[in-house]
Amino acid sequence: MIEAKRYRKSTIAFATLSGSGVVVILGCLALILVDIFVHGLPQLSWEFLTDSPRDGMTAGGIFPAIFGTVLLVLLMTAAVVPVGVITAVFLHEYASPDAWYARLIRSAVYNLAGIPSIVFGLFGLGFFIQFVGGRIDALFYGGQVVWGQPAIVWAALTLAVLTLPVVIVATEEALRTVPRENREAALALGSTPFEALWKVTLPQAGPGILTGAILAVSRGAGETAPILFTGAAYFLPHLPTHPTDQFMHLGYHVYVMATQSPDVEATKPILYGTVLVLLLVTAALNGLAVWIRYKLRRTNP
Amino acid sequence: METGRAPVARTEATPAALSSSDARLRRRKAVDKAARWVIAAIASTAIAAVALIFVFLLREALPIFTSSTVHEEVTLGKMLFAQEWRTGEPPYHAWQPVSKVPKYSLLPLLVGTFKVAIIALLFAVPVSVLGAVFTSELAPRRVREFIKPAVELLAGIPSVVLGFFVLMVLATQVQDIFGFQYRLNAIVAGIGLGLTIIPVIFTLSEDALTAVPPSYREAAFALGASRTRTAWSVILPAASPGIFAAIVLGFGRAMGETMIVLMASGNAAILSWDPTLPVRTVPATIAAEMGEVVVGGPHWTVLFVLGVLLLGLTIAFNGLSGWYVRRLRAKLGGSA
Repeated sequence: MIEAKRYRKSTIAFATLSGSGVVVILGCLALILVDIFVHGLPQLSWEFLTDSPRDGMTAGGIFPAIFGTVLLVLLMTAAVVPVGVITAVFLHEYASPDAWYARLIRSAVYNLAGIPSIVFGLFGLGFFIQFVGGRIDALFYGGQVVWGQPAIVWAALTLAVLTLPVVIVATEEALRTVPRENREAALALGSTPFEALWKVTLPQAGPGILTGAILAVSRGAGETAPILFTGAAYFLPHLPTHPTDQFMHLGYHVYVMATQSPDVEATKPILYGTVLVLLLVTAALNGLAVWIRYKLRRTNP
Repeated sequence: METGRAPVARTEATPAALSSSDARLRRRKAVDKAARWVIAAIASTAIAAVALIFVFLLREALPIFTSSTVHEEVTLGKMLFAQEWRTGEPPYHAWQPVSKVPKYSLLPLLVGTFKVAIIALLFAVPVSVLGAVFTSELAPRRVREFIKPAVELLAGIPSVVLGFFVLMVLATQVQDIFGFQYRLNAIVAGIGLGLTIIPVIFTLSEDALTAVPPSYREAAFALGASRTRTAWSVILPAASPGIFAAIVLGFGRAMGETMIVLMASGNAAILSWDPTLPVRTVPATIAAEMGEVVVGGPHWTVLFVLGVLLLGLTIAFNGLSGWYVRRLRAKLGGSA
């Protein structure tokens, strides 16, 4: 009896202690979400989503920032998804896991995933803007600065490098869910390895690959540090229409309004509205990816 | 390779059809071969990206050794050692790049970076490891399926949003409660950073705990150990290299995080371990100053040196973390 009591007591203490960790995590998450929803939701209106900022960012909407973010992420996706998917295909379908080249690629992906986002910003500045952009200007524009300056195309490519590991990891996971037999059946019917990949494996891995693309978009939409000096601008009178244009961006908008506004109280409502939009965009995409993944796991255990 | 299908085609096809199907087969094989090469070539992008990041950061940082115009303002020695900035005063470390005598001492930034990252760990490690133990050892399946997506949701919050929350809400609350002299300081920035690394540490710790083979648990139960005893004395020690890997990775992340410290740390480069003072970290310095420097000038070069330093530190911490993960696998007999 005494033993059993001690047993139960220790179990309760253990559950309380370790459970408190979960409580703190969920509590922080709830605090953040509630604060942002409570202050941000009253801001959301058709006008806020479709208008330009007015009166020194104290009135109007954030349409140019939404447009810039979407365009940036679309360009990034166009660059990162093909490269990421093909890399994962090489690692999972072509290379044997112990081949030195595959191990080198894996190690590069692992390191790429760990590099701080601000370092990607430096890389974009040093490589894309100074080197690539500078060379294009020297070759085709007689040294006139056209491509060798911060621009949406360079910001998108910088983000593409940053999100490459996300796409690769998710695609590999998707490829793993396709049963070996399906490939073998295709090969046995006489298809070449590439035909088996193109007509059997990739279509079956499609939803998982889509998950990876969505996760990359969500990550790319939220990153601010890499675009600080590769193309984001605080205010622009025109929407970006050319690859060399600068762009407005939700995250950058939040950063500048929160830290450099002369009158924080006046911009606060708009700031909360912008944060909510950014959060909704990234959280909705993330939620979608998580949902697809859980559904996939249920159908292919 | 070809023998499998060729005889079937031969017996049924007329000579004309035969040659056309041979041509088709050849074309399909050529496409297959080309695809193999194209795929291998494109798969090298990740290697190229890492190499280019190193090359181009070093390229912009190298003038610290070679350029005489850079040396008029700063050398690596001046960055590392205390300087006699004013004649007659004892030498000291200072980061003031925009002043009559630009000062580029690394030490205040390094101390600031480590200080904030350590505070982040002090907050995030207990919370995440305890949470992971609860989730893997005690939580019923339905609770677990609620906790894990919630943590993923936290991981998906952009860091600029967390920075905003700490700056606008948390910093004021903390100051009201504790009465710190400065609203933005290392403690609030550290808490903000902790929020970004909780998902990292939680997820990896949980993975390590669930990777412990069921036989360990069953053996402990069979010997009469309680759930508590099993978790503390069997499961946690077995998973410890994985949990340590999670903590090391979290520390690396915390050091490299930019937006939260940029927005919520006060950004004053003060050489002190006092957690209630404002603080300036290496990534925040790069982010705050890169926009206003002359391309190729001394300040530009120094900021790239900081970038190289940050890159080196994070790669080292990632490598260390990977090493612990491999130790976990070896320990659990390859079942992890």
